[in-house]
Parts: sequence; C-alpha cells; structure tokens
Amino acid sequence: MLDTRGSGLAYGEILHTTGEESSRAMCGIVGLFAKSSAIEERLGDHLAAMLAQMSARGPDSAGVAVYRDPVPSGSKLTLYSRDPLYDWEAVRRLLAGAFGGASVPSVRASHAVLLVEADAADAEAWVRQHATDVRVMSAGSVIEIYKEVGRPELFSADFSLTDFHGTHALGHTRMATESRVTTEGSHPFSTGLDLCLVHNGSLSNHNRLRRTLQREGIEFHTENDTEVAAGYLAWKLREGVSLEQALEDGIEDLDGFYTFAVGTADGFAVLRDPIACKPAVLAETEDWVAMASEYHAIAVLPGADDARVWEPEPGIVYVWEKAPV
Amino acid sequence: MGARAVSETAVEVVDLATTPLREVNQRLHDLAGGAGGPARWRVLNPRGAHAVACGLDAEIEVEIEGHVGYYCAGMNQLASVHVHGSASTGLAENMMSGTVVVEGSVSQSAGASAHGGLLVVHGDAAARCGISMKGVEIVVRGSVGHLSGFMAQSGCLVVCGDAGEALGDSLYEARMYVRGDVAGLGADCVEKELRAEHLAQVSDLLERAGFDDVDPASFRRYGSARSLYNFHVDNAGAY
Repeated sequence: MLDTRGSGLAYGEILHTTGEESSRAMCGIVGLFAKSSAIEERLGDHLAAMLAQMSARGPDSAGVAVYRDPVPSGSKLTLYSRDPLYDWEAVRRLLAGAFGGASVPSVRASHAVLLVEADAADAEAWVRQHATDVRVMSAGSVIEIYKEVGRPELFSADFSLTDFHGTHALGHTRMATESRVTTEGSHPFSTGLDLCLVHNGSLSNHNRLRRTLQREGIEFHTENDTEVAAGYLAWKLREGVSLEQALEDGIEDLDGFYTFAVGTADGFAVLRDPIACKPAVLAETEDWVAMASEYHAIAVLPGADDARVWEPEPGIVYVWEKAPV
Repeated sequence: MGARAVSETAVEVVDLATTPLREVNQRLHDLAGGAGGPARWRVLNPRGAHAVACGLDAEIEVEIEGHVGYYCAGMNQLASVHVHGSASTGLAENMMSGTVVVEGSVSQSAGASAHGGLLVVHGDAAARCGISMKGVEIVVRGSVGHLSGFMAQSGCLVVCGDAGEALGDSLYEARMYVRGDVAGLGADCVEKELRAEHLAQVSDLLERAGFDDVDPASFRRYGSARSLYNFHVDNAGAY
C-alpha cells in the first residue's frame, strides 16, 4: 500500500525540508572506474569534465576521492586547513618525530597529502589528537580526498584535477538547500580507511544509527547523514562482510532516499534505494565503467556514444572490483 | 522568413554540438500553428541534453540521433518524435497528441500525466511509467518498473514484458495490459477478464507500435476495482 505522497516525488526531486546539516535535494554524483591504462593516465581530466557537467545540480561545493599511487609501506593521509598559508612542513616534522618518517607534503590548494611510516589508523588518530588545526579528509594507502566550497569548474582548476592519474575516482557537486556551505559539509565522506561515499538523497534514521555505530567504535566528525552511511559501511566492512553484502544490508538498515556511489581501495559500487526517486545512470565500455546522476556527465567520456548505458535498478547493488595484481 | 509551404522532402539537420538547444527548440516552436517550414528534422549529438524537442505543436517529424536527458518531447502536440537512443526522466510528459518513439530504454515517469498521443518504447521503461496518465496510449516492448500507472485516470498501458511492484496503484479508469509477470498490484488494481474488445485494443496498439510478432492473446488485463472512488472509513488505510 503506497502513500500518495509518492506522487510528488515522481515528478522530480522535491526539496527536502526537514533534514539536518546538509540535506540535498539535488546534488550531482559521478564515478569513474578505469579498465585501461589510457583512462588511468587521464583519470583526472575525465573526472573534471564529468564534474563540470554536474555543476547545475550542485554549484555550492565540489569534492573528489581519487584512488592512485598506493603507498608501498606505511600510509597516506589527506589533510585540510582553512589557512591558505598553513605550515604543512611543521605537521610533517611532528609526524616524522612521532612515527620515524613522513614525506614532503604534496600541497594542492587547501589540502596536503602526506605519506607516513605508520599504520593508517594510528597516523589518523595521532593527527586528530595532536594537530587539531587541521582536518583529516582521508586516511588509507590509496585514497586521496579533496573538497572545497565553490563551483565545480573552479574547484577542478584550483586543485589541478587534470593532473591526476589513478585507477578510480568519485566526485560530488553539492546544492545546499538549507544549511551552511562549508568544506566540512562537502562530500565525499570517509569514515574508514580507503573508504568513501558520495550521496544524493537524504537519510531519516541517521541520528539513531549514528548512536548505534558510535557504540561499535565508529567515529563521526560532523552531524551529516551521509557520514553516517559511510560509517555504516566502514563498520560492516570491519566486521568482515564484502562491500556488496554491506550495501545489501544497508537496504534494510538505512531509511531514506538515496543514490550512493562507494569507493574502496580496489572497488567501486552503486546502490539506489528501493523507491528510487533519485536519479542514476550507468555506462560501460571496454575502457571504463561510469556512473552519474545524469547521462550528460557520461557523454563527455571517450567512446560514450557506443557505451552500454542503463539505469541501475532500485535496490540492486552494482559492484566493480580490480582483479588482484 | 515569412510563411512558406511545408517542405515534404528536405530534411533539416541541426547539430546540438554546434547549435544551442534553445535555438533548436525555438526553430521547432516557430512551426506551431502551421507557420510553414521544414516538415522533417534530424537532431544530431543530443548527448543527454534536457528538454530536447519539448513543447512542439506542429505536424512535423523529428529524428533525434542519440541519448536524450529529461523531459524530451514533453507537452508534445501533433509532432512525431523518434529518439534513436535512450531517454531520461519524464519522456513525453504531458503529451497531448502525436507520437513519440524511443529505440532504447527510458527512465522514470515516461508519459506522466499525458492526455493523448502514442508513446512507444522499444526497450524497458523504469519506475512510474504512465503515472497519472490521462488518455495517452503507451506501448512498452520490454518491462516497466514499480508504480507504473500510479493514479492513472484514462488511456492505455501495454507492457510486453513484466511489471514491477504496485502496478496501477490507486488507478481510475485507465486500462493496463501486461504479458509477463506482475510483481504486485497496487491498491484497488485488480485483474480483469480479457474480452474481445480488449483483444482488439491490444492488437491495434501492437500494430501501431510495430510489434507484430507479439500475440495479443498472451496479455492479461488489469484495471480499477473502483472501491477507492469515494471515501469510506474502512478504506482509510489504503489512501
């Protein structure tokens, strides 16, 4: 028996009016998974082109998670500071002192990537405790997350997105409907090592779920509902289930409407809620798999005209993973 | 340009890679009311653009070579629009007359609120196909998603494949014909007998859609039980 309120959703995406810090009625999400070295080499170029197409869906802020250059040992942190003149070298020295080694920071706009000779969880915990003027955007061995307020085209230029090579990437453009536009409230969200999630939609049971997950030891750093979904997946993966199973469990446990795109160190997944009022389109060629909120963000990819294009079915988990090397 | 006779043969080719969409749509709108101009159009490189060939009101043929975004052929009157690709949300929504054909698949809410005309989908249609339809005839070669025909008031939906959950939920007088499996019927939607007049209707629609390899007798008919027309407290849970 369906509530007739469903008819309103059917005609597009109504503004959600009861959300928390960052409800998002529109927003654009994109994902790109390279299947050839040609795509890997130009991953950032393609990602920037896709993000620009999603500008109208999310002109307030943009963010990307790029999976590239796995560290041979130790871990990789992406850190953010509001201070454009922030002394990243000072953080490096402190990290090197604590763990015996840390690379020269690779700085892009307000973010810096540091390689640390330490377990990723330990390095992340150390920064949260000792370098409280910076924020950890991501931690792991492959992931790098960059996000900032402003139009996606400016974001791509400021962060030199076209420089990036990598195996896969996710992107998000945010339209904030009632809450502050901040870097912290931007996507992607990462609450587990090498894990990230971008989201178009809204969750309604995130407060209760956040408390449940906190009891399981998952840490949250914002009031954002999307961070709860990311934390949920981090918890499931920590418990040893596969990404696919974690998302399938999420259909039961996450209440709300959503299209998710999820990245892990070697994989990429897409899930729409069973009611499916948020858009998503998938496409695949010999060279890539792509997802986007709207097809025109895929049309900019090479060979898109001949790609297999389809709409992901509601409540079905789609997963692509790199074959182990 | 002034009034000129509608050209019967020449095909006007417009390329969305080089011509702004608004300009293309404006040229198509300028044909309204028999103003004269090319009767056959080809639109190249739509690349997922929204509102392609939206708001047409002239007896013209428009061939679109590729995938289109939201609301393609919305509010269509008289025109025949053929998409050689797939279409996103709201294809032919609120169509009044004419024909819209999609070679690929379509996203949700295809034919929403449409009052008339014929909509043919060669692939699948996603959720809410024919939602609130008010007289349109829709023929889908593949399957339709959940909530198709939700609150459908008039018209006809023919599905050669399967139908998702809650088919025809809260529908009024529209007729639904499904050949494959129905995942579930919505509130007040029931299976009904397929009589001779219904067989004739399905035959006619399959023929007009060009699906002559599909047996009209293989369909089952669904319609309104008419128990939710007037409020009755016993039905409160169903509203």
